[in-house]
This record gives sequence, structure tokens and C-alpha cells, in this order.
Amino acid sequence: MIKFLLKGILHDKSRSLLLIIVVCIGVMLTVVLYCWMKGIIDEALMLNANFTTGHLKVMTRDYAKNADQMPNDLAIIGVNALVKELKADNPDIDWVKRIRFGGLIDFPDPKGETRAQGPAVGWAIDLFSSGSREKERFNLEKSLVTGKPPHKPGEVLISNDFARKFNVKPGDTFTLFGTTMNGSMAFKNLTVSGTVLFGSAVLDRGAIIIDITDAQSAFEMDDAAGEVLGYFKNGQYDDDKAITVANAFNSKFAKSKDEFAPIMLRLKDQNGMAEYVDYANAVGEFMVFIFILTMSVVLWNAGLLGGLRRYKEFGIRLAMGEEKRHIYSTLIYEGLLIGTVGSVIGTAIGIGIAYYLKVVGFNLGDMMKNASLMMPSVARAVVTPTAFYIGFIPGLLSMILGNALSGIGIYKRRTAELFKELEV
Amino acid sequence: MMKRSVTTALICFLTVAIFGQNANMILEKVDQNMSSKNRIFQSTMTIYGKRNSRNISSKTYTEGNKKSFTEYLSPASEQGNKMLKLENQLWIYSLSTDRIIQISGHLLRQSVMGSDLSYEDMMDDRKLTDIYSAKVTGSEKIDDRICYVLELTAKVEDVAYYSQKIWVDEERFIPLKKELCAKSGQLLKRMELKEIQRIQGRWFPTCATYKDMLKDGKGTEFRMTNIQFDQTIPDYIFTKAALKQ
Repeated sequence: MIKFLLKGILHDKSRSLLLIIVVCIGVMLTVVLYCWMKGIIDEALMLNANFTTGHLKVMTRDYAKNADQMPNDLAIIGVNALVKELKADNPDIDWVKRIRFGGLIDFPDPKGETRAQGPAVGWAIDLFSSGSREKERFNLEKSLVTGKPPHKPGEVLISNDFARKFNVKPGDTFTLFGTTMNGSMAFKNLTVSGTVLFGSAVLDRGAIIIDITDAQSAFEMDDAAGEVLGYFKNGQYDDDKAITVANAFNSKFAKSKDEFAPIMLRLKDQNGMAEYVDYANAVGEFMVFIFILTMSVVLWNAGLLGGLRRYKEFGIRLAMGEEKRHIYSTLIYEGLLIGTVGSVIGTAIGIGIAYYLKVVGFNLGDMMKNASLMMPSVARAVVTPTAFYIGFIPGLLSMILGNALSGIGIYKRRTAELFKELEV
Repeated sequence: MMKRSVTTALICFLTVAIFGQNANMILEKVDQNMSSKNRIFQSTMTIYGKRNSRNISSKTYTEGNKKSFTEYLSPASEQGNKMLKLENQLWIYSLSTDRIIQISGHLLRQSVMGSDLSYEDMMDDRKLTDIYSAKVTGSEKIDDRICYVLELTAKVEDVAYYSQKIWVDEERFIPLKKELCAKSGQLLKRMELKEIQRIQGRWFPTCATYKDMLKDGKGTEFRMTNIQFDQTIPDYIFTKAALKQ
């Protein structure tokens, strides 16, 4: 029967083409939307994890309460021993020390006085230890615009926009003016080794990356660090594992009332990431649902019109003795076939478009000039295994549903009236 | 009836005028004690941090409210650093980097070395009568000293604190306590002035405790020693060249 129905669908384009197109468009849009939303969410998560939250993060309790102010006076002291302990307890996680800081960057004129000055947000990361993956996490090699990466302490990277604003080139020196861990004034002369483009409006406005040893000497933070971040070595965030690790660590200090006792937070505990991910997922699901609903209504309507058009055909078939149940089931099978064809084509086109958006991306930079969120400036889609069925199944089901609803009219036909209808 | 109303109104007007005049007179006497043509003093600032406390000692030259030069003497990490204020600009010299860095604008509201004082607090030495209009609101006792309670409201635009409430020692005309507020009425800082001494014919508080009410902590104690008023200060002190000497 399937072959017979398929022949009918292929030969009678008037009853299938429009429906296939509708399903195709709906599925394609669903797939593209899903891949797009997933890409933005994943990229934002990755950006946040690499720059700010890690997959896990250890700070002192007081630091955690005010983390966005980067209060280095509340930093972890004795951080080397802590990192050693973390590595021993969780060898499948890469633990790294970081110091985040804010300060002024002051560029001198030939007399040594201020030529240009601007506020900057800084990251002090392990740039020079062998085995350190921090350069990779910050994507330093690929985002380098001018100059070269730092090769020795005292060399730093600054954001390209920042450098252009102050007319700074690689090789120029400047003074970092900040505050030590003890609150004193901190001054350090540093050299720009290169400039980078982070691809995030927040970072490109004024960011500086220095080696952690430079920060520790500038801010009087020997054997201290503001944060210790943990990254799963496979690069993928595993929330269940993160919960286990965090709970095990925090239980050691549960009874301590010391405001400087360390606390471990997972990615979703920080910066509202859990709410962000849940919200984004909910929005995505809602939009997919709306698409499916709309598609179903359109297909139901199309099915009704089809039913009207095929009124005589069903009448003849009933008159010839075909059972109503059988006619209804052929309608359902037709829906299944049309839905399958439309969904396959729609999914293929959708994935093709999503792949294109993954490679090329969409530049949101102009819209985010004054943004303060850590969002990527270029939005890219991502193709995941889910994309292969997120549109396919609803496309198929909506076609079947549409036909099922429109086919109910068959049961209202009365055999006694058939010949009278056919006379017309 | 009419006569009584006019008399009452006249008495009220006179009372306000007298009290207003009294408030201004009190403020002028405070300015006579607190302000001077110039000052040279050594000071120790004790900053109570979350983990420890630090003592920073310095020597300061000030002339009026427009010029100020400070050299930090200890601890070793601060030794050799200097600050110069001219008009509304501030320059900081760092010995370790041999750089002069200019600070201006909103940065002047930042804390000095993690203390509860801002650069503005340290620099603003204008006479209260120039900046504020005052009224006496009552009388209270602080540390067994009877004080006028004055409420000050800014009459110029460029002030760090829109309003102040000050407790002025009735006998010595020295503020013993100050509450510094924003335009919204939010209390920003509290100051207590102690160890009032007689120096060169004037009363002067040699110890002040600042507390930033917007943050936790025990505050900052600022203690002055070797205060000299109205001395001859060489002009070169208040130049950028002096920062590098």
C-alpha cells in the first residue's frame, strides 16, 4: 500500500507539493533556529567558562560574595598548596591559578609623563609554564592582530581596540597602576608584545593579559591568587560531575566560619549562568513549539482544503465499499509519507544553512558597542546530532496530525447520501 | 490681633536671622582654626584592612586649598612615592617605575591606598564658609564636650559631599564629629576628630578617624604630628620637578 500511496503522491503533485513545501519550510526554520540558539548559548557558555567561570572555580567565601569587583584583598593565600591538593583529589581536572584585576594603564610621553591613560580589566594567567593550556583557552594565538605573544615576564597583550584608541604599538611600554592585595598603590612597568581581538565587545573595550608571575609581583601576591579555576580535561562541561566535585570540596569546610575559607562553585552557579541557560533553552523550546503549532495549523488547514478537493474521491471510494477506517488510514499514511519527504528535505536544507552560519557567523558587533555582557560579537550556529531530529519529528508529526484532524470528516459521510452527491 | 501676628512674625524672622548669623559665625571660627595659609606636617595613616592593618607615614606640605605635596616615608613599599596636587589635578610619582601618573576626574573619588579616604577627601581644604551655608539645629555632648550641632548644605556645585552635619566644640570651635552625605541624604562618611591640641595659637585636631559608611571595616585613622602653620614653603615644592627629586 505504501508504494501505491507513494506513486499517488508523486504523480499527483497538486495534493502533495504544497504540503511538502510547507513541511520543508517549517522543519528548515526549526532546525536553523535550534542550531542558531544552541550555537549562541554554547559560545557564550564557553566564553564565560574560558574567561570567567571555569567549569569549577575556587575562591574565598568573601571573594565569592563580591567576585565581580575583583577584591584581591580577599584572595586565596597559600594557593600553591591548595592547587596541589585539588590536583591530587581530581586528577582529571586541570586546575589553574588566576588573578583578575582592574587598574589604569598609563602610557608615557618622552618626558615620562602621562600621554594617554585608560581603565582596563586584566587577567593574569599562566602564560609560560609548560603544559599550561591558558593560551589556548584565551585563544591568544588566533586572536593576535599585531605583534607576537608574550615570551617572557614583563610582556603583555592588550586588546586591539584599546591599542588603536591610544595609538600604541607592540614594543611600547606603559605603567600599570592598581592596588596591591594589601591596598597599597601598585605600579609596574610592562611592555606591549602584541594586540588581540577577543571578539567580545566587553573585552575589546579595554582588556590586558599578563603573566601571573607579573601580577603576583605587582600586587604583592606571593603564593596568592584571586581564583583557582578547574577545567575538565576533555573540554566538555559535565554538570553532574561538577556537582560531585564541588560538594566533596565544600563539605571539607562546611563547619568552618572563616570568611577566608575556600568555596568551590560550578559554572552554573556563577554569573547567573544557570538562569541564562534555562531561560535560553526555554525560549528556544518555546519558539520551536510555536513553529510546530503554526505548522500544524497550516497543515490542518491544507488537509481540510485537500479533503474538500478530494470530497468526490472519498465519496466514490466509500460507495465502492472501502471502509471509512481504511480511507482514514490511507490519509494517515499519506501524511506520514509527505511528512517524511518534507522533513528530510527541510532538515537537509536547515543543516546546510546552519553549517554555513557556523562557518561564516553573523556579526553582532555594531549592536553591542555598549554591551556589558560577556557575549560573543559574532554569533555562530552549531550543528549537533539533535539538529537531525529536532525538526524532523515535529515535521512528521504535524503532517500526520494535520491529516488526522482533517480526515475526521470522512466519518461524517453517510453512505445513504453518497449517490445523491454523486448525481451532482 | 493684627499687631500680635506681625510681632510673632517679626520675632520668628529675627530668631532665624540671629541663628543663621550664629551658624555662620561658628563656621567662620571653625575655619579660623582649621584653615591656614599653609601647613607642614608629618602623619601616620593606619588602615584597618580585612586581614591586617597597615601604617603609612608621610610628610605633607599644603598651601591653601590649591596646592599640596606629600612624600611617603614608610613602609618600604611606599617609600619614595610622592603626590602633588595643583588646583584640581593630582600627580602620583612612583619610585619603583620612575613614572609620574596623572589622576583626574572620577578617579579622584577612589580610595587612597585602600583607606576610607578618597583623593578628594585628602585634597579638598576649602573653607567651609566658602562651600556651605549653615544652620544651628541643636546642642549635644560628645566626649564630655558640649557641641553646637550644625547642618551644612552646599552652595556651590563642585563639592564631594552635598551636605554635612557637624558637631562643633562650643568652647574651642573645632568639629569633633562630622557626617558627610550625598544629595540623596545617603550617609557616605563619618569622621571623628580627637586629640585636640593648641598649636601656634589655634586649636587643631591631631587625630581623625574616617569611616566609609558604604563598606565594611573598621575605618582609617589619620594622625598628624609635627604640625607647623604658616611657614615659608619654597615654590619648587609644588612643581612636578619636585616629584622626581
